[in-house]
Amino acid sequence: MLMYLSKRILGAIPVLIVVAAVVFTLMQFAPGDAVNMLVSDEASEADKAAIREAWGLDRPPLVQFLSFLGNAATGDFGMSFKYKVPVLELVLEKLPATIELALASTLVAVLIGIPLGVLAGARPGTVWDSIASAFSFAGISMPNFWLGILLILLVAGQWHLLPSGGREPWGLNLPTITGFNLVDSVLQGRWDAFVSALKYLALPSIVMGTNMMGIIAQMTRASVQEALQEDYVVTARAKGLSGSRVLWRHAFRNALIGVVTIIGLEFGALLSGAMIVETVFAWPGIGNLLIQGIASRDFPLIIGLVLVYTGLFIIVNLLIDILYTIIDPRIRVN
Amino acid sequence: MHTQSSTAAHPGRWARLRKSYRQMTGFKALFGLGMVALLLIMSILSPFLAPHAPNTQDLMSAMRPPDWVGPHVLGTDHLGRDILSRIIYGSRVSLLIAVAVAVFASLLGVFLGVVGGYFGGRIDDAVQKVTEIFWSFPPLMLAIAIVAFVGQGLLIVVIALTAQRWIPYCRVTRAETMALRDREFILAARSLGASSWFVILHHILPNVTLSIIVMTSFAMANAIIAEASLSFLGLGVPPHITTWGGMLSDSRAYISSAWWMALFPGLAIFLTVLGLNLLGDALRNQFDPKLKSH
Repeated sequence: MLMYLSKRILGAIPVLIVVAAVVFTLMQFAPGDAVNMLVSDEASEADKAAIREAWGLDRPPLVQFLSFLGNAATGDFGMSFKYKVPVLELVLEKLPATIELALASTLVAVLIGIPLGVLAGARPGTVWDSIASAFSFAGISMPNFWLGILLILLVAGQWHLLPSGGREPWGLNLPTITGFNLVDSVLQGRWDAFVSALKYLALPSIVMGTNMMGIIAQMTRASVQEALQEDYVVTARAKGLSGSRVLWRHAFRNALIGVVTIIGLEFGALLSGAMIVETVFAWPGIGNLLIQGIASRDFPLIIGLVLVYTGLFIIVNLLIDILYTIIDPRIRVN
Repeated sequence: MHTQSSTAAHPGRWARLRKSYRQMTGFKALFGLGMVALLLIMSILSPFLAPHAPNTQDLMSAMRPPDWVGPHVLGTDHLGRDILSRIIYGSRVSLLIAVAVAVFASLLGVFLGVVGGYFGGRIDDAVQKVTEIFWSFPPLMLAIAIVAFVGQGLLIVVIALTAQRWIPYCRVTRAETMALRDREFILAARSLGASSWFVILHHILPNVTLSIIVMTSFAMANAIIAEASLSFLGLGVPPHITTWGGMLSDSRAYISSAWWMALFPGLAIFLTVLGLNLLGDALRNQFDPKLKSH
């Protein structure tokens, strides 16, 4: 297991280097001079040259890239042009908000998608099946920014049930321990903060989880239907096991493996969705940070964030592979 | 995915299921084709269908709510532009991008997939490596990076969205080509002296066409959502071109005062994408029950 893990983690390094190279190459296409992001409009050519030298922007792109890789290996991703602080510091500060949102969205997707899919798969051809199908297709086809705007309009604007954006109210005054608001509030016994964190999470995580919910429901339906026709299900029925026990213990358990795969594959889409959902809901995560970085042409920040995004994607898929072995003991890591 | 029952335990149940599948597939196909037809009609005939020019500003009648009998059926935006007309004209960008991305992505993906699957060996290894690299970017991330650095424009958006869309084509056609490669009719053609390219063109490609058609439906749905997402983030086509995503982006500032600015363009995206997804699903059910990946 340890061998396998270290092999997989080492295998991710070349991928990250190539991803960095692709982004670095794209940056060379960017019009204008990066130094203009660092100096005021009145700066003289001499000032610009000095700044260029100080930030290492006068070196050839290949040298800049190699020195970036060297520094990145020690955890130094450079300084943000705009904020003038290390990129890593900015990213680490915003990362928990995005992870919290992503986990909550996955939870929403799983809690709605799996029951819908099992319902449809266990009663194929019925009205339940049609309803579940309609839900899942609507979920898959839903543009998340539109759903977000509509929910803000109705739930926050009309009914005043939930906040329309942000992550916590003014003056909440919750000291940061882990950066996850739900965890921090529990650790400090602040139930008011816990409830408020849930309220702020609700709308963005529903919006972000909707696409995944549709895909999970479809996948679960198909796998449960397939599993229900297998010989072992017929055997279990013949033994006299109850319908629900056969469904959940036998059919569903075997269908779960496909569902877990889908969660892993769709996690990348979820992260991309975070850029849009965080923009719609002013959620202070790395998606929002990236969109702002692009708007202000903050190159070091952009490349750092692209790498963090890709790294997260790789890590989640590694976790999924490990999860397989827990769900299905027949699969052994090798 | 599909229910070809081998158990005789519930004959009535499975017969009923097959019937309902046929009905559902029929409905999905009909709805999907209807949406595609609507999109085609709107984008080709937009000058004739739209009651107003899409960019004509009329500040005197800005933010008018929908009026079923008035001059602005779906209302106007913050600059007094007619929402219905902008939706009709906006369909052009959605259709153009969807078709262009599907064409480029299928050409590139099918070429790489078939060549890799047919020749195997080093060529296949190289194709696999390239696929792996492009697949390691979270979806849309690569497109955002390309548009952010290279600049805005229709062609750039098409390139940016194609950059990852070719991968499903490549994966599916590669797998199918590998399965076909050793079949008797291919061996027969080869032993008769047919060149590799002849075999690929005349024997492999016709056999992967159905999967390509099914994937194209999903690819177009995906491209429409992705383009709208980019436009919504202000990273799509230049702002003077009317797009559904751009309309939604505009609506955000007026969310509490003009709900119609958000509702209708989003509905257009949703229904179009839903139609293409249902059409793809119906085609898959009909032609290629084994094709699970999209």
